[in-house]
Amino acid sequence: MITVENLTIQSGDFRLEEISLHIPTGEYGVLMGQTGSGKTTLVECLCGLRSLEKGRIELAGQDVTELRPGERNIGYVPQDGALFPMMTVRSHLALPLSIRKWKPADITHRTDEMAQMLGIEHLLDRLPGKLSGGEIQRVALGRALAFSPTTLVLDEPLSAMDDQTREQMYQLLKNVQEWTQATVLHITHSYREARELADCQFEIRQGRIEPVTQLENEQAENTSVHGMEEK
Amino acid sequence: MKTPPSKTNPPLHIRSDVPFYVAFIIISSTYLLLLLAMLLADASYMFQEDSPAVASPEWSAAHPWLAVFVNNPIVAALSDDNIQYSIVLSLVSCTITAILSLIVAIPVGYLLSRHQFFGRNFIDAVLDIPIVLPPLVVGLSLLILFQYAPVAIREQVVYQLPAVVLAQFVVACAFAVRTMRATFDLIDTRREKVALTLGCNQAQAFFRVVLPEARAGVLTAGTLAWARALGEFGPLLVFAGATRGKTEVLSTTVFLELSIGDLGAAVAVSLIMIMAAAAVLIVIRTWGANKLTL
Repeated sequence: MITVENLTIQSGDFRLEEISLHIPTGEYGVLMGQTGSGKTTLVECLCGLRSLEKGRIELAGQDVTELRPGERNIGYVPQDGALFPMMTVRSHLALPLSIRKWKPADITHRTDEMAQMLGIEHLLDRLPGKLSGGEIQRVALGRALAFSPTTLVLDEPLSAMDDQTREQMYQLLKNVQEWTQATVLHITHSYREARELADCQFEIRQGRIEPVTQLENEQAENTSVHGMEEK
Repeated sequence: MKTPPSKTNPPLHIRSDVPFYVAFIIISSTYLLLLLAMLLADASYMFQEDSPAVASPEWSAAHPWLAVFVNNPIVAALSDDNIQYSIVLSLVSCTITAILSLIVAIPVGYLLSRHQFFGRNFIDAVLDIPIVLPPLVVGLSLLILFQYAPVAIREQVVYQLPAVVLAQFVVACAFAVRTMRATFDLIDTRREKVALTLGCNQAQAFFRVVLPEARAGVLTAGTLAWARALGEFGPLLVFAGATRGKTEVLSTTVFLELSIGDLGAAVAVSLIMIMAAAAVLIVIRTWGANKLTL
């Protein structure tokens, strides 16, 4: 469950005021909004990376408003993956586990399991430098999920991908959610992604978050300028 | 309003770009030639100088070609006890200075790069003091500072070996701080943020994620500090003195040899320093952070 109540965030000249959002446990929530509407700011707030002025955040039934990022049990996949350039793929998956002082054998077992689920076994000993866009997102997803978080936040994870890779990622994201049972918040500006993935859908408009129904999404998708969709 | 009827536009004649490039290239190459000529002059001076006889006359006569390389001021300089001492002291003190500079520059650079706080601009300006201050004034200021220290400490430091490292450190560290700050500025903060969500605290995020990514910058900062320390002279002369066989480093040797009129030995020691500088350049260019402007 992700619950945001009356959240007010000030970030430079930019301000989100009194916004609320609720995604029920185990559902796949998609949040849309134009560039600069504050999506990433909201995500950073959820993860505890940005201080909020007012409001309350609840994840998996726990009030996390005052908790530090690592205590929130939230998996975060930022835009472009943000992989660590000096770490092998295996170390990416192992990092959250070694921080939690897992035994080496358990870490190996878990990283192998994650790699198999995400189809990145053949990449385990590589550095991120030479990975493709789709591979980068798979690794970022594995890193975020390795410690079995109850919440998963994806910030425009498919934006830098070609169509074919994106199709594969739709299926992968669905599988991942089914497998982990995590509550997901997926940020995007693509109606297509929303249609493919969303259990519930929202949009930031003029600093407010409003729910969007399946029908509204279809209409918007039909009328949307083709160019914007492809971005 | 209509645009006025266009008169038949005379074709625009654009003058050649050649004079522009010729002028710029001439200016650039003149400066480059000056730099290279300086080094070449040093090197050729070595071989036309009346060579000191390092090897015995019999051996020199038997091996006239090898003798050119053996009987020259560099070899003579290298076989001098005082100069050997100054080489060792230079290497050791510069290395200590470089390590100390990194220990200070990494935290300072990180805090300045990542955090906004009251007085940040002031601190930024303070850190430039060693860079803009005349070197002699740095040395004098250190000397004056230690006038306020307890006598026991002052006697341990001023004109002693610790003064050598301290004088080098004050200046070299400022350059290391600049480099480290630029390094951290170039590193995307999102990766640390991800590390925090994975369960790292700030220290774990720094040592596991940020520092490995900054390693080229660390190498550049350390090497730069080392090179600065090697070339340091003004503050050393004032604060550590130029005592033969005691606080004598390579730059002091050049000064001492010049002051007694031994130009050959001065040039020989200079060439040793030039080679060290070349090594530094190669290290920075090969493994360092080449995006950083120094």
